[in-house]
Amino acid sequence: MASTIRIRATSSGDTTEVQALIQHPMDSGFVKNAKGETIPPHFIQQLTFEHDGKIVFAADWGGGVSKDPYVKFAFKGGKKGDELKVGWVDNKGATDTTTAKIL
Amino acid sequence: MTKTNDRLALPRRVILQGVASVALVGLGKIASGAAPAFAAANDKYPEEAFKQKTVDDAIKLLYGKTAEKSDKVRLDAPEIAENGAVVPISASSTLDGVTSLAFLVAENPNALVASYRIPAGTMPSVANRIKMAKTSNVIVVVEAGGKLFSASKEVKVTVGGCGG
Repeated sequence: MASTIRIRATSSGDTTEVQALIQHPMDSGFVKNAKGETIPPHFIQQLTFEHDGKIVFAADWGGGVSKDPYVKFAFKGGKKGDELKVGWVDNKGATDTTTAKIL
Repeated sequence: MTKTNDRLALPRRVILQGVASVALVGLGKIASGAAPAFAAANDKYPEEAFKQKTVDDAIKLLYGKTAEKSDKVRLDAPEIAENGAVVPISASSTLDGVTSLAFLVAENPNALVASYRIPAGTMPSVANRIKMAKTSNVIVVVEAGGKLFSASKEVKVTVGGCGG
């Protein structure tokens, strides 16, 4: 199955910039469908990025994060070819993980 | 003492009913009352903070303290968002020792949108996309050296992102 996570991590010498795009409905639980029924909440709650056995960035998200969420950050360290491990878990307990190479 | 017992009684009943998620919420309430540092001390999902309707309540539950405005916190947000479902927001800080950064929207049904942990070595700069129900102040809170600093900006929304 194709991963829901797309990562672009680029090293520029001493820092690595990371951009992540995840496919997820991010339903807040406040929106109604065309029939007027409330769409139940379904959103990613936690997202972590790990480099060299250490968490470099972690997110706690609520239903207010946009559908197919995007996030960008940067950390010191990380060389071209290093691996970056990314994983999320949503409010229904679903998870996905992927490993990306730093470019 | 009686008070503590009353507080404990509720989650115990809920656990007996087998509703795990509700039980967690109950436990979270006790913990936040007893130890304000609870949310920041570990990486458990701050369920209760995300359920708060106001910015102040969410910040209090997330950090156990209040934020002061600072010009060392920078919030980049559009003046006008044509689509409230996708509003690009970014924030950064020139403060030293930033450990976390959170985004809140005052007029959303739940104020807290996202909270990011910034370990040592990670830049205090985050970009993301958030939903806005209507025109509102967007607030970013930065925790540095154990203190909270904030910046805010009003974003006008022409089409809301929370349905209705």
